[in-house]
Amino acid sequence: MSSPGLTAHRLGPASAVPVGEGRAFSVEGRQIAVFRLRDSTLRALDATCPHAGGPLADGQLDARKVVCPLHMRTYSFADGSCPEGPGVEVHPVHEEGGELVVEL
Amino acid sequence: MREDLVVVGNGMAGARAVEEILARGGAERFTITMFGDEPYGNYNRIMLSHVLAGEESDEIYLNPLDWYRDNDITLHAGVRVVRIDRFARKVFADDGQVLGYDKLIIATGSRTFFPPMDGMWVDDRTLTPGVFGFRTLDDTTAMLDYAQDHRSAVVIGGGLLGLEAAYGLRRHGLDVHVVQGGSVLMSQQLDEEAGAILRRILEDEVGIAVHTGQRPAAIRSTGSVAGVVLKDGSSIDADMVVVTAGIRPNVGLGVVSGLTVERAIVVDDTMRSVDDPDIFVVGECCQHRGEVYGLVAPLWEQAAVLADVLTGADPKATYHGSRNATKLKVAGVDVAQMGLKRPERDDDEFVRFSEPRRGVYKSVVIRDGRLVGATLVGETDKVAFLTQSFDRGLPLPDERVELLFSLAGPSEAEGAAEMDDSVQVCNCNGVSKGDLCGAVAGGCGSVAEVMAATRAGKGCGSCKSLVAQIVEWAGGSSAPDESASWYVPAIPLDKPALIEAIRAQGLRSVSSVFAALAPSGEDAGSKMALASLLKVVWAGDYIDERDARYINDRVHANIQRDGTFSVVPRMSGGVTTADELRRIADTADRFEIPMIKVTGGQRIDLLGVRKEDLPAVWESLDMPSGYAYGKSMRTVKTCVGTDFCRYGLGDSTQLGIDIEERYKGLESPAKLKLAVAGCPRNCSEALVKDIGIVAVGDDRWDVLVGGAAGASVRQGDVLATVDGRDEALRLTGVFMQYYRENGRWLERTYDFVPRVGVDELKALLVEDRDGIVAGLEERMQAAVDAYRDPWLEGREPATEGQFHGSLPLIPLPQVPIRDGSSSPAGLPSANGAMA
Repeated sequence: MSSPGLTAHRLGPASAVPVGEGRAFSVEGRQIAVFRLRDSTLRALDATCPHAGGPLADGQLDARKVVCPLHMRTYSFADGSCPEGPGVEVHPVHEEGGELVVEL
Repeated sequence: MREDLVVVGNGMAGARAVEEILARGGAERFTITMFGDEPYGNYNRIMLSHVLAGEESDEIYLNPLDWYRDNDITLHAGVRVVRIDRFARKVFADDGQVLGYDKLIIATGSRTFFPPMDGMWVDDRTLTPGVFGFRTLDDTTAMLDYAQDHRSAVVIGGGLLGLEAAYGLRRHGLDVHVVQGGSVLMSQQLDEEAGAILRRILEDEVGIAVHTGQRPAAIRSTGSVAGVVLKDGSSIDADMVVVTAGIRPNVGLGVVSGLTVERAIVVDDTMRSVDDPDIFVVGECCQHRGEVYGLVAPLWEQAAVLADVLTGADPKATYHGSRNATKLKVAGVDVAQMGLKRPERDDDEFVRFSEPRRGVYKSVVIRDGRLVGATLVGETDKVAFLTQSFDRGLPLPDERVELLFSLAGPSEAEGAAEMDDSVQVCNCNGVSKGDLCGAVAGGCGSVAEVMAATRAGKGCGSCKSLVAQIVEWAGGSSAPDESASWYVPAIPLDKPALIEAIRAQGLRSVSSVFAALAPSGEDAGSKMALASLLKVVWAGDYIDERDARYINDRVHANIQRDGTFSVVPRMSGGVTTADELRRIADTADRFEIPMIKVTGGQRIDLLGVRKEDLPAVWESLDMPSGYAYGKSMRTVKTCVGTDFCRYGLGDSTQLGIDIEERYKGLESPAKLKLAVAGCPRNCSEALVKDIGIVAVGDDRWDVLVGGAAGASVRQGDVLATVDGRDEALRLTGVFMQYYRENGRWLERTYDFVPRVGVDELKALLVEDRDGIVAGLEERMQAAVDAYRDPWLEGREPATEGQFHGSLPLIPLPQVPIRDGSSSPAGLPSANGAMA
């Protein structure tokens, strides 16, 4: 059930991403950060902060955004935008049969 | 004994330099003498166009003669310095005076350039009657006099100054012609299209005749000016000529005194002549990195650097040149220009709007997503935003048109709110937004008072509306910003009220605090502060939600710029053993630790550890966490105390160890760095620690709080001198708990102690005026009892993937690169490769 033009990638057990945290995955050579919000839904962004290469999967998050741990830039889960600089890409992600599936 | 400071030049640069020097306490260091060519106090040259136009002119004097007297400055007005003897360190003036100096400032400015032309001069020194420069107060008053009974004028040169002269004379009813050699008016600032729009306004609305592409060949004279002959043979009848064809720096003094002069007197980044460390040069007569500036804004920056260096306020201050940005009112038209006028490269973006009928032109040049140029004519409401973007290279809106117009974006007032404090609002007088806000805070209630106090808006006046907005914004609500007192941005409560609500409602997790108290729910930026507070309030009964922790607190190590971590084991009091050192060395070998560093807190830092290696590194070290990553009690430095030291008055080493063991890892509003010294020689630097304890003999100890030697330097205040080491240990805990409960998030003790006041702290914590000490001790004991070494989590991770790498490590030059013997980051990968 992938969207047109995108390929689904299975990333393993959904339990790999705890509530309120992020984890990074390597998908076809790209680094993708998958986040689980406190309402248990999933979000996925590029894993690297375009500002100084910070690991977004290590950031703190809320329902709308994640905060890069290095210099506290924020990235919107809705569109990947960052008020202080360039944004990141947002990727569709969902759970399917107990597994994480991200579409690139 | 004060040194002699001689300032040659009493113009805007010389006087500003002296003002900056006085502001840095220079009156104590220097006996100041100033020489000014003109027989006046110091005035604002920018205002001359207002004087000429007959507009308000009472403000033209920047410093009246009283100012020199009040500041003990000897002013020789109307006296010119003709030579410097650098070896005898003396200046020679044209009235025969000889004066010695220790330091010399040259600020001789520049003069009108009169291009060679028949009819310009009567003799070597005398201009033909009716010919004027436009540079000084005398030029201006002479022009005004002459304009009284003459009818027409030709202005030679269509730059900024020429247009101002033309506008002023036109206001007095003269027929005015501007002759400009090139095709564009104000060609330094404007491109063709903008210049054309300005020209249309001048011709149609102001009534000035503009002749571009024309060069004057001669001035016709019949004893006084009769007209100007152009190179094409035509001529313009006129009885007055104003020459504004450029300026030349006054460098004669530099030349005869043996200073290096190119286009102007050459200075280094400290504004010193490159030839003589005792001679500074500032303003239009200096050349810095090949640039000579003719506008006023750069000289504010130069004068500040000069004063920093000369007074020693900041001996390392350096001037790096000014970006070329101007905002002014020319002939009644608002003009702002910065950086490039036109695109220069193929891939430069160039966005333009032109509405000639209304006299509005706007353009921006963007390179690689940054603003590198902007031109605004007729409508300059976006200038504050553009200046900020230009100066700081800020990111730009994707809709480039928003650079030119306020669409649905912030209103002007919000623009004022968003401006950085350092942004210069008034270029003419070098006044920043911060200066304006400072004036409001200092009691100026009205725009007029603020303008009087800061001189903002008193130059060209183009910034007046922005000044008014900022004043309104700064004083708009007389109540201070309430949110400033909130503990976290998401919850409108200060810390005591928040603690009370948390206790009253029994909120034990960060998510329950958001649910109960945050109007807009969860906020990532508030989580860390709340997690810390809940641990202070509930100690061991806190519900630990891992996502509320900052990454450092999730993995108990300090994240580094490349995504690796630093590991600092506890080494209480800075005392270690051969066994520990051996384990540290073995661990460093085994995990190929790229850097081992002794810290300022008397511990050993292992840098460049990969996240997935953390548990194994801890296990290999077999030492507890040193908390070098948290907003928490970090370390207690000690000296060798009585065991070995010949001078020690108390066993500082053991007391330091005991304090660190007792209060280890406790959360606090900001990090806590402690030290214990065995005698007042203070080898462990206890006077500049958050809490410092100093043995003064007979088992008596000074307990100091609020010291710092980091970004701030502050000596701690003595909270008490106590009897007995155990009492010092106890009082340390009482202060720490009070700070934990009352300090604002990230407020270091060096801010907290002065805020509360050391006398109040003594009353509360030493004399127990309000009976709170027993409660503080009890809650501190609970916190101590709840302590558990976080590095034990290495054996049993708190969450799945707690120590998974989050990035392939990016090798950065500052961080040594390991060899690639293992996979880059231990990332789980897709498509079945995950182990």
